[in-house]
Amino acid sequence: MTGDAFLAGVIGVLFAAGVYLMVSRNLIRVLLGFLLVGHGTNLLLLAAGTWGAAPIVGESGGPAGEADPLPQAFVLTSIVITLAVCCFLLAMVFRSYQLTRRAELQTDPEDVLVEAGPGGAE
Amino acid sequence: MTSAFAPAPLVLAAMFAAAVAAPALTARFGRRSLIGLAALPAAVAVWLATLLPGLTGGAEYRSRTAWAPGLSLALDLRLDVLSGVMCLVISVIGAAVLVYSARYFPPDDDGLPKYAGSLVAFAAAMLGLVLADNLILLVIFWELTGILSYLLIAHRVRKRSSRQAASQALMVTTAGGLAMLVGAVLLGVHAGTFSLSAILADPPGGAATAVAVALLLVGGISKSAVVPFHFWLPGAMAAPTPASAYLHAATMVKAGIYLFARLAPAFATLPFWRPGLLVLGGITMLAAGVAALRQRDLKLLLAYGTVSQLGLLTMLTGSGTPDALLAGAAMLIGHATFKGALFFVVGIIDTTTGTRDLSALSGLGRRMPVPAALAGLSALSMAGLPPMIGFPAKEAGYAGLLAAGDAGHWPAVVMTAGSVLTVAYTARFCWGAFASKPGVPPTRPSRASGWLIGPTVLLVAVGLVLGLAPGPLDRLLQPLAALAGGAHPGALALWHGWTWPLAMTAISLTGGLAVYGIQRAVERRRRLAAPGRPAGVGYRALAAGVDVLAARVTAGTQRGSLPVSLGSILVVLVAFPGGVLAASGLQSGRISVSAEPSQAVLTVLIAAFAVAALRARRALGAVLTVGGAGYSVAVLFVLRGAPDLALTQILVETVTLIAAVLVIVRMPPDALATTRSGVPARAVRVTLAVCTGALMTALALIIPGQRRAAPVSDGLGPQALQLGGGHNVVNVILVDVRGWDTFGEISVLVAAAVGVSSLIFLRRPAGVSRPGARPGSGVRAGGPGGAGGATGPRAADPSPWLVTDAVPRRSLLLEVATRLVFHLIVMFSLYVLFVGHDQPGGGFAAGLIAGIALTLRYLAGGRHELAEAAPVDSGIVMGMGLVVAAGTAAAGLVSGAALTSAIWQVDLPVLGQLRFVSSTLFDIGVYLVVVGMVLEVLRSLGSELDRQAGTATAGVPEPVA
Repeated sequence: MTGDAFLAGVIGVLFAAGVYLMVSRNLIRVLLGFLLVGHGTNLLLLAAGTWGAAPIVGESGGPAGEADPLPQAFVLTSIVITLAVCCFLLAMVFRSYQLTRRAELQTDPEDVLVEAGPGGAE
Repeated sequence: MTSAFAPAPLVLAAMFAAAVAAPALTARFGRRSLIGLAALPAAVAVWLATLLPGLTGGAEYRSRTAWAPGLSLALDLRLDVLSGVMCLVISVIGAAVLVYSARYFPPDDDGLPKYAGSLVAFAAAMLGLVLADNLILLVIFWELTGILSYLLIAHRVRKRSSRQAASQALMVTTAGGLAMLVGAVLLGVHAGTFSLSAILADPPGGAATAVAVALLLVGGISKSAVVPFHFWLPGAMAAPTPASAYLHAATMVKAGIYLFARLAPAFATLPFWRPGLLVLGGITMLAAGVAALRQRDLKLLLAYGTVSQLGLLTMLTGSGTPDALLAGAAMLIGHATFKGALFFVVGIIDTTTGTRDLSALSGLGRRMPVPAALAGLSALSMAGLPPMIGFPAKEAGYAGLLAAGDAGHWPAVVMTAGSVLTVAYTARFCWGAFASKPGVPPTRPSRASGWLIGPTVLLVAVGLVLGLAPGPLDRLLQPLAALAGGAHPGALALWHGWTWPLAMTAISLTGGLAVYGIQRAVERRRRLAAPGRPAGVGYRALAAGVDVLAARVTAGTQRGSLPVSLGSILVVLVAFPGGVLAASGLQSGRISVSAEPSQAVLTVLIAAFAVAALRARRALGAVLTVGGAGYSVAVLFVLRGAPDLALTQILVETVTLIAAVLVIVRMPPDALATTRSGVPARAVRVTLAVCTGALMTALALIIPGQRRAAPVSDGLGPQALQLGGGHNVVNVILVDVRGWDTFGEISVLVAAAVGVSSLIFLRRPAGVSRPGARPGSGVRAGGPGGAGGATGPRAADPSPWLVTDAVPRRSLLLEVATRLVFHLIVMFSLYVLFVGHDQPGGGFAAGLIAGIALTLRYLAGGRHELAEAAPVDSGIVMGMGLVVAAGTAAAGLVSGAALTSAIWQVDLPVLGQLRFVSSTLFDIGVYLVVVGMVLEVLRSLGSELDRQAGTATAGVPEPVA
């Protein structure tokens, strides 16, 4: 198997852009970054297998030129779970905005309490 | 020999089925249903009794139920003398405990259904444990008994101390159980078989075996409350007394002893076996005996006595000589009868007087003569005196330890010292429970029910009969002794002559009475002995330490800033896996510059979208740009031979886009704005992003060149067709090969959907009926597209096409189109669902298509239209989906052909050959879950936000405190 330079390149770009967006206090940016990283991960999984004709018995003309079905099965559930998590993040974005009237997250007061030590969290 | 034992798997199944039915029975018929349930273990005991003659003759019964033949997994059961004795103890005492429980609990005890189910399930699991002839099966039943013990100890769920005792017992025994699992796997892999009888018949040697056996022993001593794990058992006395009698005296705590006795013939020669078990057992016997003398609670006194006796049993089975093994089995039966009876008596005292404190009881011997007499006989047995079973068993124990030669002298001395303590705490128990104490007002008990006395009489009678005529038991146990070497007929007998064992019994009797007398004399002059702090200091310190450590780690790593938390994860990713990758010096294999120009163009396009998303200023634009990247990825999927992925990706992208737009229109225009961070902070972000991207690019280049083994998917195509009954290999993998994984993943979907609605629905739980949204059921009468809209809340302005609630910018064209295509799309989704096994499609894609049809209804007609299109609770849809998927997968597990699909084919005259594969049912479950999820998201992010916007002024929802 050979590595595909273009595919590897776009995986890197998707991750870099996604990470840059995710490391932000703005939850919508985090969500967008999460989606981009999701695309990057799916392509990375796919890049681990061979590509070719669709893995459908009787239509691909034998297993020789067929794409590896295993990464595809992983990616398929990954796509749908990304959708579910994305919807959850959207609900979180809205709830956070509803509570604070800000698009940006503030430092979590619970963590400040934990940091204050045992007893501080009580 | 098999025939008489053939019903064994059915017996286990019946017991588990009864356990499932027991809570409902108890809830319906009250506590008297427990008497009915007792018939089942009683029947098991009768069935076992018919097998006793064969067992006495040294026969062994086997039963094998194939389960997953491809993985050589089978339900292997074996009945020999050892497991036969255990089974009889479990079934006889189980029946007695169930009858006793029917009057022990008050009629209005709300924990009774749970108790009944747990107790019967425990009996089943315990039978499975001692019958299992497969190491893994043994461990499974072993852990099952631990979990059920946890449920029974925590009977009073509202009491904090009860829950703490339960979790302590669970933690200790499960920790041991984990060690045991490792040992079982190690032993099985090393021996090349997981069959217990095969391993014992031909024990493997070597260091791996020694380690494995040591780990199994750790599991055994934790279960049987041997030092250093002894402390959980007194704590477990928080359980109801009949459960304590059953689990924590008669059966579960004997599981470790059973394991020692089972393994001893093969592994007692290992260098650590004898010293380890003899020393730990001896310490346990002495320490717990001393602790028992200090207890004021009669039940705790008995509990420490049990720990002490478990120490003795550990010594006997640890010694491993034929006589000691035989004595251990006899002692095990004896202990079950006398300790069970004594627990029953304590329960009678507790329920009739309201206390178990020996300093508060006085004169009960005269007021309840029958329980006192029963306790007296049991006490004789516990002290090792005739005419009870305890006497011959203990005599045989001394003889068995002495049979080991010089190495057996000190254990026999320790056992004598332990027996001195046993006699002393036995005497103290009798004094504490029944004696008249000066200065304590006489206790006035209420009348004890015959249902409480009867089971006690049964246990005492068994102990008495076996004690008077130990001959048959001796003959029954001889085959067990024969496993460890020469049998020794007559080891259990009333009279062996003037021997050392007899002397030791005499010493322990006189010594014990002396210790009791001295303690009483001291107590009369000073004050009553009091228990010290409960044992288990080390355990509690460890638990507290883990809590403190967790708080410190959290305080150190979670600083409250999302970017810092996420960033630290990414730094770890880049530093460790990235560092290891760099240090490994792995080079990428051959690199091609995209095999196809079209793929190259698409990758550039995706990258361009990603970069554009970085530069977007408006949220809507950014969402669309990321969506563009998603659609381009879908096209790339097509080009790389993944039509399933492409289909799903396009549908997911569409739903994502709509959901995102629904939320973003409710946010302010500058929702994407961030506070400008300083140059250093941005530099850190950019560095992190570039490093992560570079690492992933490197991975994508290196991974394809690193394949050493043949891909798992090689040759999957023909297998998918033959075993999975589908042409679409990807779909077969999802619904068949890794069906349980997919089940886990659809559970994630349900969790996320529930999370969405719980974040959005703030005032009441999400459900189908939204007040005001569905005034009466008249809406349905008009059908999805009919004039039913007239009954909607905006009846003054009905739409002729849809049940719309007058979306401000209504599109007639969209309404008409929706009316026309909705059913077509739903039909299409069903088509995609059913062809998915052979062609691109399947439950995920089909569910999304149906979801998009619903989305269309919502977009065209608003929330009332959505309620009309799907007049069901999305939670019910998702739940049904989970049930269907789990049911299909589980049916495969129990049907005797685990992990394979069933394929039905029918030839019909007109339609031709119809084929239905059982995993299609699984896909229907997936379909329902996905539809339910999209519906839930639409209801939350669409309908409910509309409603909130409608109720708030100026279209902006009120902030909710």
